This record gives sequence, structure tokens and C-alpha cells, in this order.
Amino acid sequence: MTPPMLEITDLHASVEGNEILRGVSLTVRTGEVHAIMGPNGSGKSTLAQVLAGHPAYAVTAGSVRYDGKDLLDMDPEERAREGIFLAFQYPVSIRGITNSYFLRSAVNAIRKHKGLDELDPLDFLQVLEDKLKVIGWDDSLMNRAVNEGFSGGEKKRNEILQLAVLEPRLSILDETDSGLDIDALKTVAEAVNKLRGPDRSFIVVTHYQRLLNYIVPDHVHVLAEGRIVKSGGKALALALEEKGYDWLKPAAAAGTTA
Amino acid sequence: MTEHFVGQYRAFASNGAAGAPEWLRSLRERAITRFVEVGFPSTRLEQWRFTNVQSIAETPFTLRAARWDAGRVPLGAVVTTLGEAIQRWPDLVRAHLARYAPVEANPFTALATAFLADGLLVHVPAGTVVDEPIQLTCRIPPGAGRPMAHPRLLIVLERAAQAKVVEVFDAADGVSLTNAVTEVVLEDGAQLDLCREQREGAQSYHIATTQSHQGRDSRFVFTTIALGANLSRHDINAVLDGSGAYLILNGLSVLGQRQHVDYHTTIEHAQPHCESHEYFNGIFDGESHGVFNGRIIVRPGAQRTDSKQTNNNLLLSETARADSQPQLEIYADDVKCTHGSTVGPLDPTALFYLRSRGLGAAEARGLLTYGFGAEILDRVVIPGVRERLDRVIRDRLGVPELAPAL
Repeated sequence: MTPPMLEITDLHASVEGNEILRGVSLTVRTGEVHAIMGPNGSGKSTLAQVLAGHPAYAVTAGSVRYDGKDLLDMDPEERAREGIFLAFQYPVSIRGITNSYFLRSAVNAIRKHKGLDELDPLDFLQVLEDKLKVIGWDDSLMNRAVNEGFSGGEKKRNEILQLAVLEPRLSILDETDSGLDIDALKTVAEAVNKLRGPDRSFIVVTHYQRLLNYIVPDHVHVLAEGRIVKSGGKALALALEEKGYDWLKPAAAAGTTA
Repeated sequence: MTEHFVGQYRAFASNGAAGAPEWLRSLRERAITRFVEVGFPSTRLEQWRFTNVQSIAETPFTLRAARWDAGRVPLGAVVTTLGEAIQRWPDLVRAHLARYAPVEANPFTALATAFLADGLLVHVPAGTVVDEPIQLTCRIPPGAGRPMAHPRLLIVLERAAQAKVVEVFDAADGVSLTNAVTEVVLEDGAQLDLCREQREGAQSYHIATTQSHQGRDSRFVFTTIALGANLSRHDINAVLDGSGAYLILNGLSVLGQRQHVDYHTTIEHAQPHCESHEYFNGIFDGESHGVFNGRIIVRPGAQRTDSKQTNNNLLLSETARADSQPQLEIYADDVKCTHGSTVGPLDPTALFYLRSRGLGAAEARGLLTYGFGAEILDRVVIPGVRERLDRVIRDRLGVPELAPAL
């Protein structure tokens, strides 16, 4: 068995005093794809944001180790430079900064961290073209301001494009399927599949099983009320599709209502 | 409060300026009379609520002639002093000068018109296309005392003429007052790109009016950048007076310390099928204060008007402040008018987004701030000007240069 890339142990996190994660434990090994499913409000997005280091969330207990290092001790930019990438559920628009300028700044920040020379515009263009070729897209989004005026589908595509260029080792996709029609969903999923590899891991957060028809996971976990209540193989996703989430909710004895 | 200025006027009118033609002398008289009538505006007036000009009124400025530098004038355009223009093309000058920026509209315009002497005429004859930008720099010459100047610019593009003009109001050290009026006349089908850069010294006052009047199917792109002056106030009044006229108004202010900028813009849709787009961004640090008042008037009968206005203000410190007021006055029923404004600090979610891609916190802040300015600079189409302004803004914000990506 490959060594663990990410080890989450009894993670508790809250936002503005409300506890959202109530003891999440999860191990992701190199090369694995894990799906995290669950009803609205179960804490899926919070888990994704906490892993990326969103400052609005306070970790109150537990630990997260990434490559054996304490992830929670790192700033968001350090995590990114160490190979963690979060594809945002709601990508942010940045006025006045083109996608290519932004991406090159990000690539160079990561290269600098690795002790590599920064890419000049021409080198970067070459890297970009290679990546676009891999995922089969054109460069039409590159000279527009980051996500500014983008359609929902364009925003999600842009996240995957960033993922492709930044080459993270651990990618977290936070409801990348939300708001996408079936064609856009396939486009995004195909690109993600092309980026899979033995040294890369993925955590795919989704509300719907639909995405997992295209990005087939090795493991499926169900998050409810801030805890993982069930784990299984890809068949679990199909069972959820059929039966919904209610049968998995923690017993009323837990003292909370859904 | 006006006595000192009237005294300066009397000296000016009886000395040197006396050689002007009768119509100009009576225009000045009318203007000073108007100025005395209304005096300096007080903050009790709605239009001047946020901008206190008392310190201007109380300063005994000495009249000086502004120094204009027109560089090398490109072929096809006429650039000449107003004095010479009055001699050579009296009818042209008389037909337009002070016709669009009336002395009744604003006490400072009245004051500027009373002292009307030093200025330039830019004239492009019908059908002439001037590609190369006309670069105009206006400075108050250094010298003792507290100088004031009332530089005047008249730009007339005849039918289907095209030109690009850059106006720079440059740094003057010490206390000074620049009270500038620019009038722009675009006849049918004319196209003008005008870029104005205000980078006066830290103790100076800069008051300005830009008044444009557009004919049918004309196109006017005006970008105004405020970087300097202790206090600046710029009134932009644009009249779309021929169907199919098109206007783009871009503004960017980058201020710090205790600087103050006040933009009052009025776009008047007087005829149907006209389009106007207004984009003003402000970046305010220190204890600086930005004011934006954007008024759009759609006259009766100006159907199919398409007008869009946005004003975004970024506050980089707790003590910086911005006031934004849109005003729509619509007297026609088949129009499309939208406006929106924002005032606030850097978006924490946007900061996190950039950091989650590997950018350091300081770099992320710099990039977001620079983007606020770049959004406007990207609209500057005059070759060379965008690049120069880009460097100035980067210096201001301490954002390192990154060569263009593609």
C-alpha cells in the first residue's frame, strides 16, 4: 500500500462560533481519488476550505498531516506551494488582472518555492499551450480578467485549467459540478481524468452522484452533521443516488436535528 | 472673499489683456460679474457638499500665465495659442469658446473665463485623420509667491475628423491653484480620444471643468487620471447632442495621505440612439477622500438611450473615505440605464483565492489593488500612454513590474 499523503484525524472546525466539523477522520493515499458526499450543510465545503486554509474557519481540535507535515500550521500560500489545490465552488473574479498574468504569477510563486527559475512570458506561454493541448481546450479565457463576467461553466473550466497548469499533488474539487449542465460537466470531468496519475490524489466534494459517473472514485465517504458516517467503494455513491441520505443520518440520540 | 480675486482681475484687464477683441473683453466682464455675484461655493450647496474650497478663497494667489508645451504637433492638426487663434481664425474661436462651458454653471468656470487669456486651440479640419497623439503639458512656472493660472483648452474636431490628445497637468511645488477649463467640440462623425493626467504637487489645488459637446455619430473616449494635488475637483459635463453619439468616460484616482478628489460628472442624453459608458475607480489610502457624483440626464425624446455607469472605490486604510452618488434623471420612456457603485476594503475572499494559488499575502494585496487601477488603464487606447501610466500607478502602489504575459 502506498504511503498516506493526507491524514485527517478527529478534525473539528467552526466558523463564527458554530461548530461545523465535529470529528472528521480520513486518510488519502498517493494516487487515490476520494469522493465526499453528503446533504447540504453537512460540512463538505467547510472541510475543503479548512484543508486549503481559509482564514474564516477556526480549527478547534484534531490534526491534519500532509506528507507527514503539520498542514494546519501552514499559511494558505504555503499549502499551495507544497502542492495543495482547491477548485472553488464559487470562483472569485479579479478585476483588471488577466488570467494569464494571474496564472503566471501563481506558477512563478510555486517555482520559486521549489528553487526553480521563474518562467518568462514566452516559457510560460509554452507551458500553457502544452497544458491546454492535454485537456483539449483553447486559450480563449486567458486574456480576460480572472473570472470577470465568466459564465458558470467558464468559471469552473477556469478552475480546472489552473489545476492543470499548477500541477498540484492533492486537488480538492469543491462541488465543481454544481450549476453545470451535462455537457459542461463532461468537459470538466474529462479534463480532470486526463490529469489523474499515480502520484496525484483527488478529493472530490459533491452533492450529486452524477459527477462520479465521469470521475470514478476509489473511495466514497458520506459526511453528515460534521462527521463521516459511512465509507465504501464506488457502489456507495450509487446506493446514495437510489436511497438518498436520510438512512445514513446519525441517530436522533446524537442530540441534533438535521 | 472675492475681493482679492477681483483685484487681480482689474489689474489683468487693464494691463496686457486690454488688447483683446471687444467680444472677449465683454465675455470676461460678464464672467467676473457672475463670479462676484455667486462667490466661492460653500459646502451648503449640494454640489459642493464634500469639497470645502474655503482655503482657496482665503489664499492671496498671484495671477501667472500657465506654460503650455505642445511638443511636436503631428501633421494635419493645428495647435496654436488662443491669442494667435483669435487673430487668425476669429470666427472659429468665437463660435465655440466659452459657449459650452457657460459662466453660469460653476463659479470656478466663471473665474477661469474672467481670466481667459492663456490657452491653446486644437483644431482638426473636416475629414482629417491624425493618428499620432497630440501631447499637451501644462505647468505653472516656478517662481515666488502663490501662483494661480487659468489654463484653457479648446478642442474642435470638424466633421469626420479624428484625433488623439493627451493633457498633462504637471507637478508644481508649493501652494498653487490651477483652474482649468477644457471645451471639446465634436462635429458629426468626429472621433476623439482624450486622456487627462493630473499629477500636481502635494500642496496644490486643482480645479477643472471638461465640457464636451458631441454631434451626430461622433465618438468621444475620455480618460481622466487623478494622482496629485492636495485638493482637486473636476467637473465633467458631456452633452450627446446628435443621434448615434457615443461616449466612454473612464476615471481613475489613486490617492493617499490627506489628498482629496471630487469628480462630478454629468452626461446629458439630448438626442435618441446615443450610448454612454462610464467607469470610475478610486484607490484611497491614508486619510484620503474620494467623491464621485455621477449624474445622467435623459432628455424628453432621447429614446433608445443606452447608458451604463459604475463607480468602484477601494479603501486601503481605515481612515480613507469615499462617497459615491449616482443620480439618474430620465424623461424618456424607452431607455436602458444602469448604474452601480461599491465602496470597501479588499475582498477577503479574493485575497484567499490568490493565496490559495501560491501568492504571498502582500503580493496578493498588491495584485488586487493594482487590478483596480489596471481595469481603467486597460481602457486607455492612446499608444504609449497606457504603459507610462501603468508605471506611475505601479510605483505608487509598490507593485513590481511583471512583463505582459502574452
